Amino acid sequence: MAPVTLKKLVKRYGNVDVVHGIDLEVKDREFIALVGPSGCGKSTTLRMIAGLEDISDGVIEIGGKPVNDLPPRARNISMVFQSYALYPHMTVRENMGFSLKIGKVAQSEIDARVNEAAQILDLGKYMDRRPSQLSGGQRQRVAMGRAIVRQPDVFLFDEPLSNLDAKLRTQVRTEIKRLHNKVQSTMIYVTHDQVEAMTLSDRIVIMRDGYIEQVGTPDEVFKRPATRFVAGFIGSPPMNLNEASVADGKLIFEGGQSLPLPAEFRNKVAAGDKVIFGLRPDDIYPTGHGLNSGEATDVHELELPVSITEPLGNETLLFVTMAEREWVSRMLNPRAIAGGEVVKFSFDLSQAHLFSPETGKTLRS
Amino acid sequence: MDLNTSHRFKRRALKFAHLVGLFLAMLVICLPGLWIVLSSLRPTVEIMAKPPVWIPQELSFDAYRAMFGGAGQGGIPVIDYFRNSLIISITSTIIALVVGTAGGYAFARYKFKGKSGIFLGFMLTRAVPGIALSLPLFMIFARLGIIDTHFAMILVYVALNVPFTIWLIDGFFRQVPKDLAEAAQIDGCTLWQAFWQVEFPLAGPGIASAGIFAFLTSWNEYALASQITRSVNSKTLPVGLLDYTSEFTIDWRGMCALAVVMIIPALTLTFIIQKHLVSGLTFGAVKG
Repeated sequence: MAPVTLKKLVKRYGNVDVVHGIDLEVKDREFIALVGPSGCGKSTTLRMIAGLEDISDGVIEIGGKPVNDLPPRARNISMVFQSYALYPHMTVRENMGFSLKIGKVAQSEIDARVNEAAQILDLGKYMDRRPSQLSGGQRQRVAMGRAIVRQPDVFLFDEPLSNLDAKLRTQVRTEIKRLHNKVQSTMIYVTHDQVEAMTLSDRIVIMRDGYIEQVGTPDEVFKRPATRFVAGFIGSPPMNLNEASVADGKLIFEGGQSLPLPAEFRNKVAAGDKVIFGLRPDDIYPTGHGLNSGEATDVHELELPVSITEPLGNETLLFVTMAEREWVSRMLNPRAIAGGEVVKFSFDLSQAHLFSPETGKTLRS
Repeated sequence: MDLNTSHRFKRRALKFAHLVGLFLAMLVICLPGLWIVLSSLRPTVEIMAKPPVWIPQELSFDAYRAMFGGAGQGGIPVIDYFRNSLIISITSTIIALVVGTAGGYAFARYKFKGKSGIFLGFMLTRAVPGIALSLPLFMIFARLGIIDTHFAMILVYVALNVPFTIWLIDGFFRQVPKDLAEAAQIDGCTLWQAFWQVEFPLAGPGIASAGIFAFLTSWNEYALASQITRSVNSKTLPVGLLDYTSEFTIDWRGMCALAVVMIIPALTLTFIIQKHLVSGLTFGAVKG
């Protein structure tokens, strides 16, 4: 049980910085997800916390003590690898007990702890098998079991679900969440999948090109993205983001179509400003088929042609053309809509976001 | 004949042809070996007969009896040669494996300056025909006064085998995922422990095959040994074969008998180790 603190953490390969002095405080027992596209530095950061990569500059503290120069074994951490990294020449039982055996723990204690972990993860049947005789999901559970058995201060997960098929992924995801509730350790979880990050974590760290874009609860990063990048990264399908310019209380899009300037931003922008306008698919819907229909406060209606429909059963995604761009709309309680049909859409502007095109930062604050 | 029958017939014919082909290939490979064994049991008259006597008329173990009969009875100090061969081959193999494992691991896991250059250099040493080195080696060893010693032969064979064992073992360590060593370190291992507990056992079969190769190279090598060994002090079995030739005669039967004696340990070792060469041991370590 320990907090993890990163102070001005830098990773440099030759002359190239891949992590640019990031600061982060992970609280004790917190589940935090590092999320971002490939190459954003999230895995490198995790590996620095694990002690598998040297730290070029800055400090990492675990439990309040700097660990910069400690080898991985002295940090009391566990890590679940993307590749599982099970020892192929050992049985499941030996794999799980390996760390304790190395730590010269008494055999009776090893057995007790391994059996307990096996029970938590429902691995009892497979204890005498080799990793090669297990399915992907079972291997993943063994990898988690091996991590649990150590009773570490901090659990590190490096994209643990990306080798599983979609169905198994949701299952194991739930198991990881249950595990966190049970063992109550600090967990740091790296993923490129924003859904995993949203569903699992207490707080999300969104990284890009070696910088932290935003740290916040799933709700915060979803509802109040600090940057255009976060807005586009979190949420599925992604937020509609389009350039517009401000003119007397309106947002004028390319091609001349316009929307009223959302009330929240009236004092934040001036006429002539260029902005990036963002609106989630949930907040563009055929009138009467939206999430907030009825209670939405700042709704603007437009008649627009639908180009493509993607029915998903309980909802349908509609691709509509406005201002020479394709916008995605989410229709709840769907009715059949044919391609080319002109439909009246509600734009819930109370949920709109404006970002600066230069810095990418939100214009809200 | 309907289509099914004709296809079935064709498949059987092909299978038969396949087996015949394999049999012929095996015959070509095995016949010389069989001929050596047979010749070691037959009198010289039969061996030299023209046209050849295919079916042996008379078999005896005389050649073996004479071989182990000791010098003076027309025998050859086989026991000494055998001991020399064993000492030289085993020692040089062990050294080549230790150096090869350390070197192979370094090449597989670490980045360092001039890595590819050094690796290429190792390979190039294999491009030099061994016999071309015999004269320089002889001169240097003579100066050092180590001609006709085990030490000289071990030195030569280690030098001969190390580039190859490094190359081979490097390949096997590359197949062991890096994640495993990292997982072991996180599980509390030092680098040393991670190597011995995880990486070495997984590369083990590969190291064993490198060992077989190194052993057989030293065991069978003739060209350099014939220059550097002089007497029972260090003569190995391949060089010992030459003892069966004298000014006017060649004792083919005795030579064949010694060849059989040479082959037996090599075959035994290969069989013992082959059992451990289970391929695909790393399967299941990573991915699904």
